[in-house]
Amino acid sequence: MNKQRKPLLSHDWLQTLLASLLCILGGLIIGFIVLLIIEPSGAWEAIINILKNFFRYPSQKLQLKYLGQTLTRTAPLLMCSLSVLFAYKVGMFNIGAAGQYVAGACAALYFALAFKMPWWVCMLAAMAAGALLGAFSGALKTYCNVNVVISGIMLNWIALYLTNLILATVKNPTSPYTMAVRNINPKALLPQMGLNTLFGNEKTVTIAIPLAVIMAIVVWIVLNKTKFGYELKATGYNYHAAKYSGMKENRNIILTMMISGALAGMGAALLYLTGIEEWETTISSVPGMGFNGIAVAFLGGLSPLGSILSAYFIQHITLGGGNVDLSVYCAQISSLISSLIIFLCAFVAFFKLAIQNRLRAKEDALRTAAVPSADPAPDPDPQPDPDPVPIADDDPQKGGDAE
Amino acid sequence: MILLLLQYTLLFASVLMLVALGGCFSERSGVINIGLEGIMVIGALGGALVMKFLPVELGAPVMILTTILVSALAGMLYSLLLAVAAINFKADQTITGTAMNMLATAAATVAVKAMNTAASGGSDVSSDIIYTRARDMFIVRMGNFEFNWFMVVALVALILSYILLYKVRFGLRLRACGEHPQAAASVGINVYSMRYAGVMISGILGGLGGIVYITAGVSSWKFENGVAGFGFLALAVMIFGQWKPIKIALAALLFGFFRALGNVYTGFDLLKSLNLPSHIYNMLPYIISLLVLALTSKNSAAPKAEGIPYDKGSR
Repeated sequence: MNKQRKPLLSHDWLQTLLASLLCILGGLIIGFIVLLIIEPSGAWEAIINILKNFFRYPSQKLQLKYLGQTLTRTAPLLMCSLSVLFAYKVGMFNIGAAGQYVAGACAALYFALAFKMPWWVCMLAAMAAGALLGAFSGALKTYCNVNVVISGIMLNWIALYLTNLILATVKNPTSPYTMAVRNINPKALLPQMGLNTLFGNEKTVTIAIPLAVIMAIVVWIVLNKTKFGYELKATGYNYHAAKYSGMKENRNIILTMMISGALAGMGAALLYLTGIEEWETTISSVPGMGFNGIAVAFLGGLSPLGSILSAYFIQHITLGGGNVDLSVYCAQISSLISSLIIFLCAFVAFFKLAIQNRLRAKEDALRTAAVPSADPAPDPDPQPDPDPVPIADDDPQKGGDAE
Repeated sequence: MILLLLQYTLLFASVLMLVALGGCFSERSGVINIGLEGIMVIGALGGALVMKFLPVELGAPVMILTTILVSALAGMLYSLLLAVAAINFKADQTITGTAMNMLATAAATVAVKAMNTAASGGSDVSSDIIYTRARDMFIVRMGNFEFNWFMVVALVALILSYILLYKVRFGLRLRACGEHPQAAASVGINVYSMRYAGVMISGILGGLGGIVYITAGVSSWKFENGVAGFGFLALAVMIFGQWKPIKIALAALLFGFFRALGNVYTGFDLLKSLNLPSHIYNMLPYIISLLVLALTSKNSAAPKAEGIPYDKGSR
């Protein structure tokens, strides 16, 4: 009987979806206000251009071509978000994903350009490089008690300068960029398997896109359907309890960071081995891909499958940012919107709690109406919802304080 | 050459000390402030705007005071984002801080670009602010050594922080809120306002650190680059300094020295003859801080309740 009465809003995934949509809406509204402040006359057109991205092209062929490019750039973003959320599920905030991504780019490009290796070797090298950096963070955490966030940030910068140093040996002599993989070693490019024909013969469309989606599904299965994933999550939830029940807690933490790093490193391989862009060896700030991965992970409700959608959305508006009238606005308006979205995501837990409180209050009201003789306080209902009771006892207080 | 090294060491140490002290106030009140990097950017933006637009004819004291005040105010206002999210809404402090860092760089870039674009009619779309003449006012030349008034600001901040944390009632209450907020509340301390105070002081100091950082060695700043991880270096300084002002000051000097080496190493024959690429010197502060953290974090002196949202009902 309870099952049938269960209101639609009590589904966790729906609450998450609703919260994410609200975050997006909030980010867009504030972004729009910023555009209005800069120059009111073109603001509406600018925000529409950001949201349209490639849809502004008239011909379908061009639209497909640019959809292909957007998807090619979505794949690494999805990998970075998987990296962040995998570590987060095990209780660690892997802000070092940005550096692990850089390390991956370094390994992938160096193996492709200096050693002339085929694509799969380059990709494995990228994963190994990311995993190494991740494992280092994990080891510092377990053996030296160094906060993962701090070590991650330090390693981001170290990885950036080291990558610039190493890739300078394979750079184009006349520009700061590395040599084009397409010209030097075409077999290091990811295979296309005919996918490019679906996207107006866009040459950068490769198996990177399905690979990233497959990895998302694998991560989902590992986290939710395997004993290994359960152990990792248990370690993150309560380190001491995990240790007490015989799990190898230190190994689990290092392993998590390794996997997380490998995912980010693979992300870099999925971008740089499509030949869509080269590494700039004079770059002085860590590429935003890893940080955007954080945005994607939280916007996707920390679910690998939700990440697929949110990665596409964030990449869509990031590229759309380049379409604003650059003589008035600037492309960074998109980063502003995505950072606003993450900021709002920090409130998601609170938002969900508010929904649950409301549902709870409604349920209580219904219950007291149905059983008027019963005393509402000790909850004597013969078939109460067992789970939410202990939480709900705290909830009214929490909500009350915050108001 | 030694003087130049000393000058940069003192300047970068000032930055790190200001920001690390900021982190110290926030964490002592129980709120982890990962957003210091973003607070620095916003403080730097506020200060840089004053230095660009305030007429230099007003004289050095007006310029110095206004810049300091505006930077501090900008940092403080920005830190309210963290305060509201972390204290009122019990949001995850790490996510909030990370979002603040990204938001600050993006917002500063958009603001400066919009300003430059509008001022030049679309021909200048850079994110640079130039403040050459105003910067000269902060500097007093003593032979080869350039004394900077910001060094005094940092020293004053250090002394004030020490007094505030250890010699007055406010400090005791603040620290109590970071160790055991429920116990503090039980004797009538308002944990919410104490935590607000901690975060806002960290905003003031972080904002000041931002303006000192961007004026340390150059006369213009590209806001697209943020502050290059200095906010996080400051957090490392704070951890190394065990959340205590005097130790933080010493740690800041050590880290400042390695950062300064990167600026002036070409002047030393010995270092130059090693012929290391400049990337190595750029990496140095980060490598040193990782090493130092690895060696010193085992027995962490972190405030017990940091990072945990305050819940009146829990014990």
